[in-house]
Amino acid sequence: MPTSPSDVSNDATIHQPFTILELTVANHPGVLSHICNLFARRAFNLEGVLCMPVGDGDESRIWLRVRENSRLDQLLNQIAKLWDVRKIRRGRTDSRLFRQLEDFFRTECSGKDNNRI
Amino acid sequence: MKMSGADLIIHLIERQGIKTLAGIPGGSNLPLYDALARHGSIRHVLARHEQGAGFIAQGMARVTGRPQVCFATSGPGATNLLTAIADARLDSIPLVCITGQVPRAMIGTDAFQEVDTYGMSVPITKHNFLVRSAQELFQVIPTAFRIAASGRPGPVLIDVPKDVQCEEIEFAAWPNPGLPASPPALDFNSIAAAAALINDASRPVFLLGGGVTASERHAIRGQIERTAIPAAATLMGLSALPSEQSLALGLLGMHGAVSTNLSFEECDLVIAAGVRFNDRTTGRLKHFCSQAKIIHVDIDRCEIGKLCQTCLGLVGDVGQVLEALLPLVKTRAASAWTKRIAKLKALHPLPASNPGDFPSPRTLIRLVAEHLDDRAIIVTDVGQHQMWTAQTFPFRGSQQWLTSGGLGTMGFGIPAAIGAALAAPERTIVSFSGDGSAMMNLQELATAVEENANIKIFLMNNNSLGLVRQQQSLFFGNRRFASGFSRQPDFCALARSFGMPAWDLGDEDPRLKIAEALGTPGPALIHAPIQEADVFPIVPPGEANRNMIQGGCHAHIAI
Repeated sequence: MPTSPSDVSNDATIHQPFTILELTVANHPGVLSHICNLFARRAFNLEGVLCMPVGDGDESRIWLRVRENSRLDQLLNQIAKLWDVRKIRRGRTDSRLFRQLEDFFRTECSGKDNNRI
Repeated sequence: MKMSGADLIIHLIERQGIKTLAGIPGGSNLPLYDALARHGSIRHVLARHEQGAGFIAQGMARVTGRPQVCFATSGPGATNLLTAIADARLDSIPLVCITGQVPRAMIGTDAFQEVDTYGMSVPITKHNFLVRSAQELFQVIPTAFRIAASGRPGPVLIDVPKDVQCEEIEFAAWPNPGLPASPPALDFNSIAAAAALINDASRPVFLLGGGVTASERHAIRGQIERTAIPAAATLMGLSALPSEQSLALGLLGMHGAVSTNLSFEECDLVIAAGVRFNDRTTGRLKHFCSQAKIIHVDIDRCEIGKLCQTCLGLVGDVGQVLEALLPLVKTRAASAWTKRIAKLKALHPLPASNPGDFPSPRTLIRLVAEHLDDRAIIVTDVGQHQMWTAQTFPFRGSQQWLTSGGLGTMGFGIPAAIGAALAAPERTIVSFSGDGSAMMNLQELATAVEENANIKIFLMNNNSLGLVRQQQSLFFGNRRFASGFSRQPDFCALARSFGMPAWDLGDEDPRLKIAEALGTPGPALIHAPIQEADVFPIVPPGEANRNMIQGGCHAHIAI
């Protein structure tokens, strides 16, 4: 019996564990906006973003920390369709990546230079 | 060789086979237009609004199946184009839109006619480019055509700053034109499994969508009929099969025939080909085909399982998959299921089309259809006239059907018909429109006359936004607001002011005038005043397809 695998109403996302997506993408100024757009229009929160060029700078790697969610599969399919996305890995990144960043983040954000524009 | 970016673009699109394109010049794409003028061998169709240019290109693309090009300048030129691009995205139409942009050094400074065209087009294109040097054009232009035409087609936007258009570069050789990628290889095990499922089913139905009409469909058409399995269509797939045969079910969904929607309630297997299970087709998803398994064929892997759980997904070019699958499907003898279909059709015919009560929209549509040959192209705008045409038009032969399915853009009809006429000047293009829709791109009448496009616009005038009024009357306590026009132009006089001949069907017998208008080469407008009427049946938005409201008494169909 067909039922919707992407039932938004049962979205208890907040209690779901984190997973890390690792994307290898073409390195140009517009690529992040393509990816973030897919998350934004589906009201899917990113809980951490990290992006660095790799190799000779032709490609970048983007790490996204997201909550596991029934809608994630479809989102990954859509990401895989983007022309600039060359490879996707899910849940295979060392989870210390964002945990260590979190430590760094807390130290920085609790500091005195917390000026806003 | 030495050439400017603008000259490169013109040469590269010519190498892609572009012979005609539509657009409007402005400050930021003038180098491009200068190059087009100096080049001289590409026909430019000057639209009167960039949205018109976008839909003219769409009309050409829908008829040829190949990517077509439109030009617009920066700022308002680009923003005006966006609706036509979004429309192409939802209906999977291959387009390459080339917009001018302010010079690189001025990007991000809120310069005159600067908008973030790249940023705005991200969610409505298949892919987009901001070209940063003339050198990049060698890569970008062929790639854009390749992306637009590969797999599931779609629109690609290329934003070219004015100074990149003027930048001169030296180069040794032209790149190869961008060609569509080969479709995914067929999975013959899954195809055999699908054939077994179909042969084991006792109440199977086909559901054919835009993917079927976009694919090479003629080879599979006879095969589908040969299986003797009933076949329905989404709005986008209506012309895939002839309408008038016993197992043709026509449109499924919100305005589908009662018998069609009930057939899908009762079936035990749906073979869905080139469809995406839009809410207008499925009604409330939870209750869609609740007794049935679904086999889903689509070239876009993301569509398999996106909305409906399928028991089998076949990824590939729909035409190729069906060509491999259908010979494995046995021809079904008349059965309890085909008898049931015949009974449902007899019990629940569409509201009658009585030739006596002219002007009734269905009568008009049938009269027009009688005059058309097997290669006519039928275009619609969006609204009641579109649904009446979808329900009533008797498709046959290799007639093509162009309608704004996914985005439902009022104003689609006139420019899309012009595009169709440019792509197929030897064919008759009929565009059914309404007074609401026609007013949304009316300026393109000037383009139609200028190009002597062979389009016949049948404008059904009920002095209102009919589908809005209908929903207000059915679902908002009959509180009609902002859906009726108290002042209207004289549409015939208006057409004539553009230099377009016009006929008013008025109260007299329309047959003669219809024949006369269709027999006159070039553009024509035929004004058909119609009575206030509702499109029935209708499934209230958000409800299951079994909950249809039918006829003037608004009685619910109970099953």
